[in-house]
Amino acid sequence: MTGGVRLARLAPPLTLAILLGPLAFGLTGTALPALGYLPELGGESFTTAHFTALGEVPGITRSAVLSILIGLMTTLVALGAVAAFVASDLGSSGFVRMRRMISPLLSVPHAAAAFGLAFLIAPSGMLMRLVSPWLTGLDRPPDLLIVNDPWALSMMAGLIVKEIPFLFLVTLAALPQTRHVETMRLGRSLGYGRIASFTILLWPPLYRQIRLAVFAVVAYATSVVDVALILGPHLPATLPVRLIDWMNDPDLETRFLASAGAVLQLGVTLTALIAWIGLERIGAYMVGRARNCGHRMQRDRVVRAAARLVMIASAAIVFGGIALLALWSVSGLWQFPDALPANFSLRSWMQALPRMSGPLFTTLAVAGLSTLIALVLTILCLEREYETGRGRGGGALLLIYLPLIVPQISFMFGLQVLSIWLGVDASFSALVLAHLVFVLPYVFLSLSDPWRAHDRRHDLIAAGLGMSRARTLMRIRLPMLTRAILTAAAVGFSVSVGQYLPTVLIGAGRLTTVTTEAVALAAGGNRRVIGVYAFMQTLLPFLAFSIATGLPGLLFRKRRGLQV
Amino acid sequence: MTVDSMTDNQGLRLDRVHICLGDRVLVTLDAKVRRGETLTVMGPSGSGKSTLLAYLGGFLDPAFTASGRISVDGVELNRLEAEKRHAGILFQDPLLFPHLSVGDNIAIAIPEDVKGRKQRRLVAEAALADAGLAEFGDRDPDTLSGGQKARVALQRVLVSRPRLLLLDEPFSKLDANLRDQTRQLVFDRARRAGLPVVLVTHDEEDARAAGGQVHKVGQP
Repeated sequence: MTGGVRLARLAPPLTLAILLGPLAFGLTGTALPALGYLPELGGESFTTAHFTALGEVPGITRSAVLSILIGLMTTLVALGAVAAFVASDLGSSGFVRMRRMISPLLSVPHAAAAFGLAFLIAPSGMLMRLVSPWLTGLDRPPDLLIVNDPWALSMMAGLIVKEIPFLFLVTLAALPQTRHVETMRLGRSLGYGRIASFTILLWPPLYRQIRLAVFAVVAYATSVVDVALILGPHLPATLPVRLIDWMNDPDLETRFLASAGAVLQLGVTLTALIAWIGLERIGAYMVGRARNCGHRMQRDRVVRAAARLVMIASAAIVFGGIALLALWSVSGLWQFPDALPANFSLRSWMQALPRMSGPLFTTLAVAGLSTLIALVLTILCLEREYETGRGRGGGALLLIYLPLIVPQISFMFGLQVLSIWLGVDASFSALVLAHLVFVLPYVFLSLSDPWRAHDRRHDLIAAGLGMSRARTLMRIRLPMLTRAILTAAAVGFSVSVGQYLPTVLIGAGRLTTVTTEAVALAAGGNRRVIGVYAFMQTLLPFLAFSIATGLPGLLFRKRRGLQV
Repeated sequence: MTVDSMTDNQGLRLDRVHICLGDRVLVTLDAKVRRGETLTVMGPSGSGKSTLLAYLGGFLDPAFTASGRISVDGVELNRLEAEKRHAGILFQDPLLFPHLSVGDNIAIAIPEDVKGRKQRRLVAEAALADAGLAEFGDRDPDTLSGGQKARVALQRVLVSRPRLLLLDEPFSKLDANLRDQTRQLVFDRARRAGLPVVLVTHDEEDARAAGGQVHKVGQP
């Protein structure tokens, strides 16, 4: 056993296979039908006819352009708010408070946040109730198209409030690798305002580190389905939503069109990424110009106030939305301009719970199993990296990010085709594997930093005491990293709980989770039932994170060195 | 030195500066530092001597409470934000910005009123030449030696035309031989520019080389 942990040798190739295998097979499985080849449905020869048909679908250009714009706008606003906020308040006590407030938001599933926003801003939503009838004079909801607006503004808002916590935490994780305290002081002592000091001096090296995460946000926002179903425009819908419609069309011929559309989606996301790189260039050029002129930009109060406002508003929207979900789930009669329900009742829960038990079990089982596999693989990969000193380069990072940057829909389509072909569609193991593709990157990203930061001397001492690598891993390293491991597990668990598309496609309607059930309710508009499901969807990750933060304190209550 | 002819409010004045952390008094200081002179503040690590620099620069952590008037050439700094104080700082590390060329590292410090790219370039080039680094403008700062980096950092702060210079143990990470040279250079340039200097250090040699008043903090 002295040659290291034997199993660890298998981990890196296995991890790569799990990340890239579905990607490669899935993209192939999408591309072949798109080109007309799907023998099961009578497609035996290659043709471009399906792309021609795709081009003739009414409103397809608008759907595609809309998806690109949503990707760019969402990322621009969320990243801008995060950067401006970090610039203006880094190192202040308000910054610490914001960090505490924003961090839990990361675990809120996208769909639940989107429902919460819809409940807030809809014509009959909470905001309208709060100002009615005393201000608006309305005693019935106005006839306005706020949610599902044709310009996707509410959809972008729903994405922005969820991407802000993600980008904020990614930025916070990258900050310690810069000399941010001294750099900001130096900039300000040279006369630059906070925003200018940050933008010119700190942002370029910082952005380089978070760039892949930003790409993931662009890609996600261009290809998201669940948020679009809840908040997005209808006629025409964004491209991914139309793809799902075609996919579910009883006429199997539509599959060819859907596959061609999924290839188009790949192009749409790629176009958005290229446009984003263009924006990066423009941004860098503008920063360079400002730098060359030496403008100090000391009067940045307005920008700073705006950044703070956006951050607080995004947190308030998500928290407020969740509170509304909970309120609706226990509300009895609740007529329009009333700000509160006339009475409360557990009826919605009583009715929903028996029906929810199946999906709930699937949710927990898939999330638990995929997280466990992801954890084991991640730990073994990191152990292998420790033993060999290889594998932490930029190339490895890109591979881990790849499933998060390639649009889900473009390869999940092909995987579904493949799973039907192999006869494993709607099987539990295929669903776990599909979730694993997305759980694994997040678990890895979450655990690798604390793992690498762990003081190697503990391992050296253990080796000096004659402990084998495996024993050192089990007895020294893993216990010392309990907190980080549990946090990574909670991250993985919530990623799995939030997965909509892979569950719908691979579960094929026979394996459903709380998330797919909740999103399916969107069209119906029964707020009480939506409240129950979406609140439950929020509750699961929240519980996971509570355990992750609470358990180590309990386990190590007599070990001061391991407490926060 | 052009000090003697100056009127009384020239240079840095610290009036009853008092910095506490909770109940603990870290620094009490009354001092007058004339242009070109250095006030050395000595003390062991954790004694709060760097806190004094943070107070002067406008970066004091809210955990500390501080009082006392800071003024330079009659201008009170207390109410000014850090970016309006013109307090130049040199840290332990040269902290050259890794994403900028050596020339741009200096150009960024040139005040706003120097207008036009060409003019700003000339100022930066002159500053580099003055440090014996005339050909280094386009270099990546990471390729410079420790001594060269220290010289670029010094030129950067000088070119920003500060009102005063704050030195936070800027020589402690240099090796012995380089330390002497750099020390001489920094004090020489500060004198030439007529800057009041506040130096915090725990090295007696620094105090000797600075040759001004010495204030000790954190001593039992």
